[in-house]
Amino acid sequence: MMPVNFHKEVDYVARLARLTLEPAEKERMAGQLSDILQTACRIQELDTTGIEPTSHVLDLPVALRDDVNRPSLSLDRVLQNAPRQEKNYIRVPRITGSGHNDQ
Amino acid sequence: MKYEVVIGLEIHLELLTRSKLFCGCSTAFGLGPNTNCCPVCLGLPGSLPVFNRKAIELAVTAALALKSEVQINSRFDRKNYFYPDLPKAYQVSQYDQPLARGGCLEIELDKSRRKVSLERIHLEEEAGKLVHAGESIIGANYSLVDYNRAGIPLLEIVTAPNLYSGHEARLFLEELHSVLLYCSVSDCKMEEGSLRCDANISLRPAGSPTLGTRTEVKNMNSFRSVEMALEFEAKRQESILTAGGSIIQETFHWDEEKKHTFPLRSKEESSDYRYFPEPDLLPLVLESSYVEKLAERLPMLPQEHRLKLLDQYQLKVKEAVLLTRNRELGDFFETAAVSYSDYRNLINWVQGDLLYQLRESGRDLKKIDPRLFAELLIMVDDGKISRPVAKELLAEMVQTGADPGEMVENRHLGLISSRESLMPVIEQVILGNPDAVDNYRQGKKKALAFLVGKVMAVTGGRADPAELNRLLKEKLK
Repeated sequence: MMPVNFHKEVDYVARLARLTLEPAEKERMAGQLSDILQTACRIQELDTTGIEPTSHVLDLPVALRDDVNRPSLSLDRVLQNAPRQEKNYIRVPRITGSGHNDQ
Repeated sequence: MKYEVVIGLEIHLELLTRSKLFCGCSTAFGLGPNTNCCPVCLGLPGSLPVFNRKAIELAVTAALALKSEVQINSRFDRKNYFYPDLPKAYQVSQYDQPLARGGCLEIELDKSRRKVSLERIHLEEEAGKLVHAGESIIGANYSLVDYNRAGIPLLEIVTAPNLYSGHEARLFLEELHSVLLYCSVSDCKMEEGSLRCDANISLRPAGSPTLGTRTEVKNMNSFRSVEMALEFEAKRQESILTAGGSIIQETFHWDEEKKHTFPLRSKEESSDYRYFPEPDLLPLVLESSYVEKLAERLPMLPQEHRLKLLDQYQLKVKEAVLLTRNRELGDFFETAAVSYSDYRNLINWVQGDLLYQLRESGRDLKKIDPRLFAELLIMVDDGKISRPVAKELLAEMVQTGADPGEMVENRHLGLISSRESLMPVIEQVILGNPDAVDNYRQGKKKALAFLVGKVMAVTGGRADPAELNRLLKEKLK
């Protein structure tokens, strides 16, 4: 594969993941991303004619459970990791631009 | 230029299961915040999802009822985005291999019917609920999160851009609501959020084959607000286009108080959800025998029920629609019809006085027994009680479930039709209203109705109208 500069892709993915990266980190990530994609390209060279695409390594029927209730966690366990709480809710910063609702 | 409105809907409904899609937490509505949560629905590391059999059954049932083609192989994907209502920072959803493809639903327009096509139906998990501290979503300075709702099985139904007015969108939703209630897959309470609807809406020059730029409208919390919001948004777009402007692809919120749509935020970039197959779940493979079995178990659906109502009781389409939209009312009518065969009179009472009394009293149909309702009508038909008395009894039946026969007997409410009983009242009314008597004798017909009303008032509405009219005319000669 041609050597490609992946800095733009790193910036894009970092923004989606809400990550702030130092220039040195970006440099390292761009190199790693290039390696990963090269490996993927090698896999794509395999001849897969006649092979059914799969999305999971296991060829098993999916496990199902009956619709019965089981105990939930106690409230203090649920809120244990919440940095801020209010009236048994988890308190989070004001919602800004991005997210589900702008699709 | 004349524009055509094009609308597509995206409907979400919570399926009627006891437990969540991937864990045993309760799906009950209205409990204390964060009390129905466990490591699975909170997305804690190391937890693994296990499918709820019932959720799949309800999803397949809904798809079959909507004539959507259930896929034997479907797959679940992670939809990645950051929002505080999403504990895992991804939603388990379906992307390119949904549970069902296509489908349609017929709506009854004024004088015709139209098939509205569906694109797809898929299963996903519900997000948590955000409570905004502050006036509205715009003014909030922080939010509170309740994860009780997170992980409830959610069905997404996407229509084709196949609806051409806010009114049609409303009719579609109402019909969809009926179908989903008939097959008991969801309680479909828009006010509790178990049925929600978002819309894409655009305008194009009438006759044009290509779609215009669309906007998305959210926060429509009732059938009425869906219609109003989309009519509003269509007008807003039309005025921009007419003035030579262009539509910006944005998301709008419907403001129920102010009756307008306002932009939530403009779209800076198209979202990238980075879907990928959910590694914690195996692909969902359904046996075709399982799908067939569910298809056989499908109950009667509203359209079929309407045909039965039209045929069996000679109702009008509008009446049949009323009885299928309001299932309790339909059951009430049909139970009453077992012992009362003047269906025309029955439906007139049901859609007239009965609905009026229910509205007035704020009651539902729980108290009143349809068989006693039929008895009430029979008493009117047999001349045992007058219509005004029947109406008063009905008001009481709706509130207390009382037996009309007993009330008539205990309170001596029977029709007064004997000459001996009516004449003294008639004479008293004639003496007390000399002006009306003069007017009548001078040929004013209306004066008779006035006098009849007076006698009715004195007798508490119990006078036999035919007999009263006859005797009154005789006395006034």
